[in-house]
Amino acid sequence: MPDTESGLASTDGVFTKCESCGEPIYEKDLASRFNVCPHCEFHYPLSAPDRVRLLADAGSFQGRDDGMLAGDPMGFEGYEEKLAAARKKTGLDDAVLSGTARIGGHGVAIAAMDFRFIGGSMGSVVGERISRTMEFAYDEGLPLVVVSSSGGARMFEGVYSLMQMAKTSVALSRYMSGSMPYVSILADPTFGGVTASFATAADVVIAEPKARIGFAGARVIESTTKERLPEGFQTAEFQKEHGLVDRIVHRLALKNDLERFLGLLS
Amino acid sequence: MILDFEKPIKDFEARISELHRLAGSNEGLQEEISRLEAALEAAKKRIYTNLTPYQRVQVARHPERPNFRAYRDALADDFYELSGDRLGADDPAVRGGLARIGGHPVVLLGHDKGADVKTRVASNFGMAHPEGYRKAGRLYALAERLGVPIVALVDTPGAFAGRGAEERGQAWAISADLMELARVPVPVVAVVIGEGGSGGALAMCLADHVAMLENSYLSVIAPEACASIIFRDAKRAVEAAEAMKITADDLLAHGIIDEILPEPLGGAHNEPGAATEAVARAVEAALSKLSDSEPEAIVKARYERYRRIGAHLSAGEIGGAPAEPSLGGVGE
Repeated sequence: MPDTESGLASTDGVFTKCESCGEPIYEKDLASRFNVCPHCEFHYPLSAPDRVRLLADAGSFQGRDDGMLAGDPMGFEGYEEKLAAARKKTGLDDAVLSGTARIGGHGVAIAAMDFRFIGGSMGSVVGERISRTMEFAYDEGLPLVVVSSSGGARMFEGVYSLMQMAKTSVALSRYMSGSMPYVSILADPTFGGVTASFATAADVVIAEPKARIGFAGARVIESTTKERLPEGFQTAEFQKEHGLVDRIVHRLALKNDLERFLGLLS
Repeated sequence: MILDFEKPIKDFEARISELHRLAGSNEGLQEEISRLEAALEAAKKRIYTNLTPYQRVQVARHPERPNFRAYRDALADDFYELSGDRLGADDPAVRGGLARIGGHPVVLLGHDKGADVKTRVASNFGMAHPEGYRKAGRLYALAERLGVPIVALVDTPGAFAGRGAEERGQAWAISADLMELARVPVPVVAVVIGEGGSGGALAMCLADHVAMLENSYLSVIAPEACASIIFRDAKRAVEAAEAMKITADDLLAHGIIDEILPEPLGGAHNEPGAATEAVARAVEAALSKLSDSEPEAIVKARYERYRRIGAHLSAGEIGGAPAEPSLGGVGE
């Protein structure tokens, strides 16, 4: 059976089963709720196009920098195949969509990452499109909204992926010299080079419920330090408790939450 | 500690010193010693001019490799150490303070791996916690306040991955440093003196002039970790090191760094004085070059330098070769 966009295996093309609560879910219900389980409210991954559909006023999104493709600067074994498979699976050029939109009538520059595309990893295309989004937002005086969902740097691009942290940081730093707000939304999972650069350096950091957010993954920490990690380690709730995340917002309330914030400043 | 590929060298050295002990005035043995010494030099040259990327990683990690303290002592006429993140802790994995280098007052900081068992453990082998990155950020702000350049010495396997580091916002601390370095209106000079492990290294080398010692490396992830994720086998680290292009040569070729500082034959640990001297000269030259630039010009050049690094094909370019990144260093 083909997998649903949520990542859940379809049982018969009509129903799937929630991995969190075990209840059967009518797939159309799951899709209409933007991949949030109707029984236990568990948030499954959301594609970048659906993320834009969730947040943007109907018909307001205009893509920018579409058609930009990754090179293979290291000639890394298997990378071209990996890219081709990811493009085919997602219909996207790379792990990010970017452009402009209206949210409750407020014009914004927006970028949304897609975890299905090589784990939402940041290579040159992600770094470039996010940087261009920041530059455009700065030039046009627009609020900036970035939705992250990423395993971190794309190691197939070697040091180029590391340098995307530097690139997005210089672009964001320039944006932050203006007076428009930057809202970073963290979806499950957000880790590594993305959290250690633009995703956390925001005016407002919003996370989806139970999203796992951190620098290093829990498995890496457990295997290298042998530390016992507490229940709920690195969840959005845990990070909020530690003063690192401002708000936890249910996916279906996210658009309204952004409208309120943007409304306060307009 | 003797690395695998250093064994032939160490064997020659042991035999030479043994013969010296036996030789006395025996001319036959003196000749044998000369012959072995020539062979030793040839072996050193053969081995050290053909190091694989992974062998360089091993040299970069060598416990006797000169560390922050050695370079600090060689570079700074005076080092006035400053401690703490001003938020509740001091992380000895990052050291910094005011210093005078070649007549320039600077903020000097770096990762400190420690010098012996006790200080290595105390400094967590150069793997900083968030407090270390916040200490760095505080020093960047001080440099801006005083209008003096920043000199950063990079030597870390990576930012520490542990429970406490996560609870106290490791990613937040690193991103804050990157944002600060992106905008700080003073010259920033960085030298990778050993390990340049990922974001934890980048938080000290988003700079206007980046030099790397010949046997240092800069990588998005440790080769062992890359191998275990991509090849599902940590033992394939040799291949991963090769594939990721992490050596000074590779990074210069890709326009990521400005300068390679040659090490003495046998690596910096065989002749620390030569390595520290090379770093001191390079830092002084970079400071002199950058000291005439206006703050706005420095920040603008830094912006352009990093903004253009990437290997992507825009819609119009597809089918062509990826745009070759180039340097945007000040003064070029």
